[in-house]
Amino acid sequence: MYIILVGGGKVGFHLARALLSEGHEVLVIERDRRKCVSINDELGSVVLQGDGCEAAILAEAGASRADLVIAVTGGDEDNLVVCQLAKGKFHTPRTIARINNPKNESIFKKLGIDDTISSTQVIMERIQAEIPSHPLLHLASLGSYGLELVNLSVAEGAAAAGHKLRDISLPPQTVVSLIIGADGPRVPTGDTLIQIGDEVIAVTRVESEDALRAQFASQH
Amino acid sequence: MRVVIMGCGRVGSTLAANLDQGGHEVTIVDLDSSQFRRLPAGFGGRSLVGNGIDQDVLRRAGIEEADAFVAVTQGDNHNVLASQIAKHVFSVHNVICRMYDLVREEFYQDLGLTTISPTKVISGMIGDMLHHPE
Repeated sequence: MYIILVGGGKVGFHLARALLSEGHEVLVIERDRRKCVSINDELGSVVLQGDGCEAAILAEAGASRADLVIAVTGGDEDNLVVCQLAKGKFHTPRTIARINNPKNESIFKKLGIDDTISSTQVIMERIQAEIPSHPLLHLASLGSYGLELVNLSVAEGAAAAGHKLRDISLPPQTVVSLIIGADGPRVPTGDTLIQIGDEVIAVTRVESEDALRAQFASQH
Repeated sequence: MRVVIMGCGRVGSTLAANLDQGGHEVTIVDLDSSQFRRLPAGFGGRSLVGNGIDQDVLRRAGIEEADAFVAVTQGDNHNVLASQIAKHVFSVHNVICRMYDLVREEFYQDLGLTTISPTKVISGMIGDMLHHPE
């Protein structure tokens, strides 16, 4: 595959090295001349110096024959523009953007970026998984709908604890799909009682996360 | 009209002052609080420190009730991301995005953004002035 990487920082450099070792043709676009020199020294001539947000540079990089464009600069706005230009102007079949602010994930998908990777989100997920009393854990992003699968632990003093599912006010487009209690997993109905210690698996919108967390986290 | 302006540089602050004078409800957002010194002494609008590409900052600026959003920071990409958030997440009716780069301006115009390029406007005006000297 021919892969264009925009951004030659730490992520871009290590990603370029990994993709090269897998046998892909890789070109890194980087603005900073010193970074360009050090990448070229380490990886061979794989760098084009310039601003990947400029159509002329993308054209020079051969974006119209690229199979994949990956934008991994430190700026969400730059990564968005790179991917939108690649898709809209050069018809790149697939674009991937790194996102620094997790709140941008749904807008990027809405604007046609095929895949997004939020480093903040990935690190948060790992940390949350290591902390036993996590109120809300992300399990997966569900396609381009701006939905996600989350795991909530019903804490002591939570607003939802001791109530039937139908009496709990859930944010819009939120579905409680599974409840794992002391007696194992069960598919909930409106009559299902939410108890302290239950694990609740739900589908929700990214922006509804805080409202959902508020129902199941401790109120203290 | 309720207007949220992102970027309190020369253009942003002048526009904010003019709209405020005209009786409109203005909120101006900038990352750097020292930029608000550009606003005139009697400015009756609201100024808010924050990054306009953060949806929570835009919410605090009142974007959900805004009739218009104007992106006039120094960064084309910054303006383009904020404008697309205003248009596609918050459904703001009138979104105007400043872009210096002509290629990008044309591209985003084709994608349906309302853009204005000082590069194009000013070079055109200077050309006219050269051709038709007073």
